[in-house]
Amino acid sequence: MPFDFYVTVAVQGVLTGLVYGLMALGLSVIFGVVRVVNFAHGEFAVVAMYLAFLGFAMFGLDPILAMLPIGLGFFGLGYLLQRHLINPFVGRPEHEQFILLVGLAIVLVNGLLMLFGPDTRHANLPYGFDSYEVANVLIDKVRVYAAAAALVVAALLFAFFRWSRTGMAIRACADNLLGAAIVGLDVKHLYALTFGLGMACVGAAGALMVVLADATPMLAPAFTLLAFTIVIVGGMGSMAGALVGGILIGVSEAFASFLVAPSAKSMFSFAILIAILALRPQGLLGRKQ
Amino acid sequence: MSVFAALNGRAKLLLTLFVLGLAAAPLAADRYLVSVLILIFYFAYLGQAWNIMMGFAGQLSLGHSLYVGLGAYIAAALWTKFGIGPWAGMFAGMAIAMAFGAAIGWLGFRFGIAGVYFALLTIAFAEFTRIAFDHMDWTGRAGGLFLPVRAEQAGQWWNLRGGPLLFYYLALALMLGALWLCAALRASRLGHYWLAVREDEAAARALGIDAFAVKMQAVLISSAMAAIGGTFYAFYYNNLFPAQIFDMSRSIEMILAPIVGGLGTLFGPILGAFILTPLGEGLIAATEEAGLSAPGTKAVFYGLALMAIVWVAPSGVWPWLRRKLGLETP
Repeated sequence: MPFDFYVTVAVQGVLTGLVYGLMALGLSVIFGVVRVVNFAHGEFAVVAMYLAFLGFAMFGLDPILAMLPIGLGFFGLGYLLQRHLINPFVGRPEHEQFILLVGLAIVLVNGLLMLFGPDTRHANLPYGFDSYEVANVLIDKVRVYAAAAALVVAALLFAFFRWSRTGMAIRACADNLLGAAIVGLDVKHLYALTFGLGMACVGAAGALMVVLADATPMLAPAFTLLAFTIVIVGGMGSMAGALVGGILIGVSEAFASFLVAPSAKSMFSFAILIAILALRPQGLLGRKQ
Repeated sequence: MSVFAALNGRAKLLLTLFVLGLAAAPLAADRYLVSVLILIFYFAYLGQAWNIMMGFAGQLSLGHSLYVGLGAYIAAALWTKFGIGPWAGMFAGMAIAMAFGAAIGWLGFRFGIAGVYFALLTIAFAEFTRIAFDHMDWTGRAGGLFLPVRAEQAGQWWNLRGGPLLFYYLALALMLGALWLCAALRASRLGHYWLAVREDEAAARALGIDAFAVKMQAVLISSAMAAIGGTFYAFYYNNLFPAQIFDMSRSIEMILAPIVGGLGTLFGPILGAFILTPLGEGLIAATEEAGLSAPGTKAVFYGLALMAIVWVAPSGVWPWLRRKLGLETP
């Protein structure tokens, strides 16, 4: 029954991809509004992974629930970071922002290395090996939970930007910064809120990631690239695009690991990225400029 | 030296002293210091190669490890498999690196991909190649490619087989040669076109500059220079691993010196390398001294130092130092 097997791989890919998508959503929101590429994005995701791992190892806290306090904490951290560290660099040349955030990334990943060492950490959930069987297709329970949680967070963020007054104000900043400042919006505060929201996404996604992969500092640069790739594939500035891109990359990784070799999976993601940049540079769901 | 004609008297004197000092340094320096200086020259050289693309033409490449890796792997493979010497191998590596550079440039510039999008395109190519080399039998996969060190080849300096002094003067020549080339390019018509495109591409086009062509020239020159650096690396270290030479952290390492030193300046990449490499080495020594043996300690301080430098001197150290030394041409 090879067909069932392909379906299984595809479903696992979609579920993992939704968590990737949530991580990328954080990057996309920050870039879309603040116009700063968070080159420490993957590093923050791995910090969240370690926090979720510690919560589980020390207090038995389920990482899927740990997503709430971690997301909240990351929101505060993001707000402060933007306000005090990154804001002076808004509007400055890209390479200056890049050095600042790469410096931050180096500090984070090596700080983790100092504290926890290079070994992988695995959160051994009691239901870690349970699975659902739907018409001959086996689906990991943890993946279903993690993907559902990612969808809920993403939906909340959509709703916030669509309907809340603050969300609309942030969109106004993204659309027309000068206009937003003229009508009296507190741009610095809104930028910090946005950075906080993006960080909340990456914090939540990192917590969920613990149930999908073992935590190690080495994951961090790969996650940064992964998030970056997804955002561009999906379309910079499109929130739905981040999720669609996440699913596409998740499925591509799942098939590449299964059909070629796990170590070659990101090669296919980069091939997709190169193809997208050549054929549709605005991304799958991005608007043409 | 006509390309340095614009320098004032004091600058010429300092530059001469700098070159003579470095040429004489092995007389006084021990083996360790020589190895550190080789590393400084190497990063200064690569920084200058990258600076042509970003500092002059304004195209942000975060995938220069691709060109270095190709230059290293091709020269090393030709030497180990067929006994073809590094000078011929260097040209083969340059040609292939330029072909990759042309492909990336064509994709990027033809479709108007700029800024962070272009940066990600360069990363994608470098990472793609890294993983491909990880799985390629011909170059020893992830297990690495090793250049044999044989006693009978010990003195063959023309095959880049020799001791630290050979590599010291070779690296010094690369760095100074790149300085001369950059100065010549910067003063040329092409150099002015690059600056025009960097500052305002639309305006440059309006003046009749073929922006696509001049950006392509920047990629080709920069990738060829990086490939030469790769050949040097291969024969200096005698071992190559895809995960090391193609890694994104290598690309980042390469661009730190020109940014810290002063993007788009001639001497910035050299000054940056003279700041960052000793900083890294000093941090290794300092953390060892302090008994902080945990892996990553040195890098944490390095990251903090980077943030501090970009916070204090966002346009680099050289423009500030140049003013202090009174080297500004009136």
